[in-house]
Amino acid sequence: MDLKSPSKATNEDRRGRIITYSCIGIIIVLVVSILYFIASRGLATFIQNHVNVFRFLTGTQWNPSLLDSHGQPEVGALPMITTSFLVTILAAIVATPFAFAVAIYMVEIAPKRGTKLLQPVMELLVGIPSVVYGFIGLTVIVPIVRHIFGGTGVGILAGTLVLFVMILPTVTSLSVDALTAVPMYLRSASLALGATRWQTIRKVILRAAMPRLLTAIIFGMARAFGEALAVQMVIGNAALMPTSLVSPTSTLTSQLTTEVGNTVMGTIQNNALWSLALILLLMSLVFNLLVHFIGKRGEIK
Amino acid sequence: MSSQQSNRVATIVINIMVAFVVLILIFLLGDILITGLPHVTLHLLTSPSQSFAAGGGIRDQLFNSFYLLVLTLLISFPLSLGAAIYLAEYAANNWLTSLIRTSIEVLSSLPSVVVGLFGYLLFVIQFKFGFSILSGAIALTFFNLPLLIRSIEGSLHAVPRSQHEAGISLGLSNWKTIKGIILPAALPGILTGIILSAGRVFGEAAALIYTAGESAPIVSYTNWNPLDSNSFLNPMRPAETLAVHIWKLNTEGVTPDAVSISAGASAVLVIVLLIFNLSARAIGNHLYQKGSGHK
Amino acid sequence: MENNNIFAKTHLVTPQEPPAITTDNLQVYYGDNHAMHDASLSFPEHQITALIGASGSGKSTYLRSLNRMNDDLATVKGKIMYHGIDINASDVNVYEIRRHIGMVFQLPNPFAKSIRENLTFALKAYGIKKKSELDERVETSLKEAALWDEVKDNLNRSALSLSGGQAQRLCIARSLAIKPDVLLLDEPASALDPISTAKIEATLLKLVKKYTIIIVTHNMQQASRISKYTAFFHLGHVLEFDTTSHIFQEPQVPVTRDYVLGNFG
Repeated sequence: MDLKSPSKATNEDRRGRIITYSCIGIIIVLVVSILYFIASRGLATFIQNHVNVFRFLTGTQWNPSLLDSHGQPEVGALPMITTSFLVTILAAIVATPFAFAVAIYMVEIAPKRGTKLLQPVMELLVGIPSVVYGFIGLTVIVPIVRHIFGGTGVGILAGTLVLFVMILPTVTSLSVDALTAVPMYLRSASLALGATRWQTIRKVILRAAMPRLLTAIIFGMARAFGEALAVQMVIGNAALMPTSLVSPTSTLTSQLTTEVGNTVMGTIQNNALWSLALILLLMSLVFNLLVHFIGKRGEIK
Repeated sequence: MSSQQSNRVATIVINIMVAFVVLILIFLLGDILITGLPHVTLHLLTSPSQSFAAGGGIRDQLFNSFYLLVLTLLISFPLSLGAAIYLAEYAANNWLTSLIRTSIEVLSSLPSVVVGLFGYLLFVIQFKFGFSILSGAIALTFFNLPLLIRSIEGSLHAVPRSQHEAGISLGLSNWKTIKGIILPAALPGILTGIILSAGRVFGEAAALIYTAGESAPIVSYTNWNPLDSNSFLNPMRPAETLAVHIWKLNTEGVTPDAVSISAGASAVLVIVLLIFNLSARAIGNHLYQKGSGHK
Repeated sequence: MENNNIFAKTHLVTPQEPPAITTDNLQVYYGDNHAMHDASLSFPEHQITALIGASGSGKSTYLRSLNRMNDDLATVKGKIMYHGIDINASDVNVYEIRRHIGMVFQLPNPFAKSIRENLTFALKAYGIKKKSELDERVETSLKEAALWDEVKDNLNRSALSLSGGQAQRLCIARSLAIKPDVLLLDEPASALDPISTAKIEATLLKLVKKYTIIIVTHNMQQASRISKYTAFFHLGHVLEFDTTSHIFQEPQVPVTRDYVLGNFG
């Protein structure tokens, strides 16, 4: 009886390992090369063109083909950074109450009917492509804003409203997960003590689910921060510091999509755009770290 | 306000907010379909697009969207499947695995415009693929991988561990067990995941502007030789998709009937996505019924 | 400590019959948790041996080690001798071992395939392609597992449509189809109703003429009905191994006596 020699099964297993390990290897190479390429292009502004990092981050003039008073290219990214953060934060502020309300409705108030009705609503909202959101923003929201506030109608307000709808399903579905994860006994205990449903939700459930609810908001913000086309279509695309919520301005992503095609590889104009991409990349890493950090803290609690 | 009253008020406020969200969706779909459907004519679907004149269609863009989707899935599905099998069946519980999972998470959180720019840098310029369907498909693959890996891994995990044990207890290799027993059992879930990811790929534009390009050259739909430059199957030609077309019409503003074409194109896009969504749901339901049919 | 003393008194016999499998000082660790201590047993050929004990006594852990099903989950030390080879050694081909030492699990786990495919899937994987041979094995193994009469008219039916008892007999047939030598059963009837249980027991009593059977059970009546030998496990130790009649009528170890009398567990 031969129980020691390799058999067909041994070879099959070796083949399986080689195949799956290669797939995972390719993916790792891919992630590393994205990080490497964007970083190396993005740093060229500072290494080859000797732009001061601090001035890049705080300068308010974006005119890469001109030189400023220090003889350096005018690449102040602050307008784009400000606008990106403003639309992201404002969208999160508007979306969060609605997302929480929908989540509370689906988990606490009407679990059966709520899920049956709102689950598809959220899936459809996620499914609508960003160019369609941009198109509706352009043809519906911008004219309304223009009508109410005058001017062109484009700007941070229009961007916020578009992003609000776009991140709503993300924040909602993660909030639903957060509320569902709250153990049932906390509800029963609170209700048994005579608390009303709203008191239970506010003082017990939302508090217990807080770390995961925060994570949900951060995921929504990450989506808003990285969204390109929908915002690009309604923000105005002028690399200017926003002066009001309805003045044309530009986010990091919109500046990138608008300008990359108009610049030549290797020039300062092009390098400066890659530096914007690097900021986007770093911010998505920061959002990731935040989620991990909050997740860890939540576990300990 | 007593606690009873605040309870009632809170419930009413929540109901209003929920209703508002539902209204937003109804408004969105209504707007897309009501303003868009009248423009969805045979002419729109079968004519080439026009840049500077009215009366253009979306024939090539529609085809390009589907072709790009197929190519993207051809590249991303095998890779995701292999990676998901690794994570679900082989990965040990150690630092390497958590590093791999973190990399995939990072990939999933990258803005699609950054992914598109990377594709532009590496494939369009460095590898000299030019603006092409292939460059676009690879860029979309990056964007699609994390989503697919997550859904396939979930479907594999949903197959009871006892199936795996049954397989190896018969002297089958792990690989044979995974291929022959676990995968077939996970198939409905995997299919649902593929269709949902297909919807995302189909509507994506930001990652494509600088990879598949913004032009739709006239191609011959009768030339079946993918190596010919005017063949519709040639993967090395630039290929503007439907989503990119909508974006371009609205940002360049040189086409006289840009609004009506975008409205029609948006309606077509959303209808295709609705079909994807419904079929994914149908498969999911089928799976659920099958799942509850036995112990 | 009193708690340690109960492991000092053991009573382990070595059966007269030639052994199919013996284990020598088998130890199982789940990480730092020492789940099985020093199990040295000898399982006679063509007999049913029952492994009994309370939940967490280590009987299933021990059973799963015998055909290396614990490879991915636990560290198993010691020797498992089978046909003169230590099959716990790292250089043996575990796939071959499992072809010789089959296993049936607590919950029926038929594949989501037809009844026929459940039986032929592994055979095809081994390279058996001839339809006549596959058909022959399907029929033989279903007859051995006493399922043939119930399913012979519809072998293409999904195995998931079978009742719990039928599914478990299909799982037995599936193990038999690969012509093993030893059959390990891990509480195969614990999830079944009394009628199905009786059918499975009757099946095992027939099978023992051809196979060596080792069965984990927490049903002591079952052990006494079908097994020739019984091993009593307690908190990761084997305390007593003897003929079933001795174990149930005159147990030598006090803990065994308490257990078979129903004083705990």
